[in-house]
Amino acid sequence: MQQAETIAASPPGAQRTRNYARHYGWFIVPAAVVVLAVIIFPWIFTFYVSAHDWHLGGERRWVGFDNYIKLFSDSRFGGAMLRTLFYTVLAVVFPMILGLVAALAFNRKFPLRGLARTIFILPMMATPVAVALVWTMTFHPQLGVLNWLLAQVGLPPSMWVYSTSTVIPTLVMIEVWHWTPLVMLLILGGLASLPVDPYEAAKIDGANGWQAFRHITLPLLMPFIVVALIIRCIDALKAFDTIYVITQGGPGSASETINIFLYLQAFAFYNVGYASAVVVVFFIIILALAALLLWTRQRVKMT
Amino acid sequence: MANNITRRQALSATAAVLGAPAFVRQANAQSRFDWKRFAGERIEVTLQTSPRGLLLQRNNKEFEDLTGIRCGIEVVPEQQHRQKVIVEYASGRPSFDVAELSLHVNKRQVGKARWNTDIKALIADASITAPDFDFADFGAGMVEYATQSDGRMDSLPAFADYFILYYNKELLAAKNIAVPTTFDGMFEAAKTLTEPSRQIYGHVGRGLKNANVVLWSTYLLGTAQRDMINANRQLITDTDDAVWAGEMYKKFLRDVSPPGSIGFNWNECQTTFMQGRAAMWIDGIGFAAPLEDRQRSRVAGKVGYALVPKGRGASHHCCLFGAGYGIPEASRKKGPAWLYLQWALGKENQLRMLTSGAGVPARSSPFGNEAAIAASTFPREFFNTLNESAKIARAGLPEIVPVTQFRDVIGTALTNTISGSDVATELRRATAEFRPVLEQSERES
Repeated sequence: MQQAETIAASPPGAQRTRNYARHYGWFIVPAAVVVLAVIIFPWIFTFYVSAHDWHLGGERRWVGFDNYIKLFSDSRFGGAMLRTLFYTVLAVVFPMILGLVAALAFNRKFPLRGLARTIFILPMMATPVAVALVWTMTFHPQLGVLNWLLAQVGLPPSMWVYSTSTVIPTLVMIEVWHWTPLVMLLILGGLASLPVDPYEAAKIDGANGWQAFRHITLPLLMPFIVVALIIRCIDALKAFDTIYVITQGGPGSASETINIFLYLQAFAFYNVGYASAVVVVFFIIILALAALLLWTRQRVKMT
Repeated sequence: MANNITRRQALSATAAVLGAPAFVRQANAQSRFDWKRFAGERIEVTLQTSPRGLLLQRNNKEFEDLTGIRCGIEVVPEQQHRQKVIVEYASGRPSFDVAELSLHVNKRQVGKARWNTDIKALIADASITAPDFDFADFGAGMVEYATQSDGRMDSLPAFADYFILYYNKELLAAKNIAVPTTFDGMFEAAKTLTEPSRQIYGHVGRGLKNANVVLWSTYLLGTAQRDMINANRQLITDTDDAVWAGEMYKKFLRDVSPPGSIGFNWNECQTTFMQGRAAMWIDGIGFAAPLEDRQRSRVAGKVGYALVPKGRGASHHCCLFGAGYGIPEASRKKGPAWLYLQWALGKENQLRMLTSGAGVPARSSPFGNEAAIAASTFPREFFNTLNESAKIARAGLPEIVPVTQFRDVIGTALTNTISGSDVATELRRATAEFRPVLEQSERES
């Protein structure tokens, strides 16, 4: 900015010799090539492929927007959208609430706090596929440890991921267990950066703990909460590995989210053109959601 | 005349001595097969995770010692393997020189795209085919199964997989129940054996969509209709016989199987049966090995083997699946790869496959090796069931390109029936959904 102003204020002759952009513009070429090759080109190609009827091993036929038209009349795609939405809402709300509560708890001083924090964040360090395999064994209706534990306290067994009605809540339970620590860490970082003065002023004015939280902590934490919200939303929307390993979208299609639907179209049915159309639509949805959340973040910052 | 040896003569003699082994090797090559002709080369082999794949992986050094070829072998879980192989073929530059193909899934797709080389041409070339390879030893049925409609055999048949009935001898004996020979009889027996309070169930079977279609087709094979597509290659999955098979599937999975079966694939079924929690299980022959493993199985030594029961039709069949090993047309190591196929599917490895319970070899000779069979840890009943199954085996899935999508659509309908949906309605809906997919595929084939 300062450099631009300097150039603008200089006489015309001097401007030519100080045009840094002209002299050093070549330095951005490698980065531009990489971005073109690994981001721009795949997107253009995906969009191009989405305009074809193409099964691997078969002929590629131009169909224009037919894949998109088919997509919006495909009840299976609609079902996958709804399930993705349901899963995302649950997998965002619960970790956000629990992560906030955990951060507030871990922000207080108590004996063995460091150890407790370490234990709390352990799930986050586990590989999703390994986590999924362990939970799969745990959920087995006859041989799994969860139903054994329920039996020990006199509760009836649950079908967990082996029932159409409980499969999504159960998958969300894993997601909550796995990713609440991340939310906690992000908010805990925010809590550590909060100024002490407003709390002292509030104390002098006679505010109780809830009022201090409601009117000081929460507003000041909001930028951090929104960041955690954005990360959680995008993570939950693109959840795939855990669901695929545990249920493969089943029972039936009860846990078939957009990602599973997309995977099946591309790598099980080899319907590459149709799968590309799903990718394009899904990308637009994620882009819109990210834009909305970033806009919210800006508003929070300004207020 | 002095007998002094000149320097020229000495050099010639030395050259002759040094060169002699090469001449001898060349001369011997005329009389016996030269397995070392590609020594020093490297090939890549990709197989599915199964007792068969693991057997070859374990004995890989034997091939390397025999041929001097370095062999990179990867073993990938079945579903991921199928996808990986197809995507690599489609790329035009597959990273492997030998690939296992599930004939019941990928045969038509690979054949249509002509991704593999014709094995018959390699067999016909005596210069690179061992004299004792003995192609006639491969069962005619398996050779036909691996042969494309245009006559090309683009994979060498490796093994067959028949569906059989596993039963827990102890549980059946405790209630004095004979081994069932019809599906109706099997259901009645399963009802008697089911004791939810003890967590013992009369039956366990695949409920997970896609994987479950082969259990439904097991029932369908017992009807007069038998097949899933007719002679005109049209879908017939909503007929009376198809619905009867669906009803059979529904009542077995709903009434006499463990709760949660709706999400069971073969591995959950195996675990349940292995723990002695299910009395009967219809599935592939390859599970005999883990079931008889005393380290892992609670039912080792108590497993009975029988033919799949009869259905309501006059015909009696069991599902047949199978695999072959192919060499990509794009491979630059077809010679070494062909040597690998000759070794991997040679008589010795096929006998190992049979006697270790890893699967049913495509060759006939292992079944004639009485001494090896007698020395096997598997009971005679197991081998008898194999022999009898071979006589009634019939393709368990339609030979179509979009077979995975077929399994997905029909499988979802079957899964819905376990939740209580009406069988006829579900099958009609699924048939209507898949019919245009099949029609398009057939038009393009």
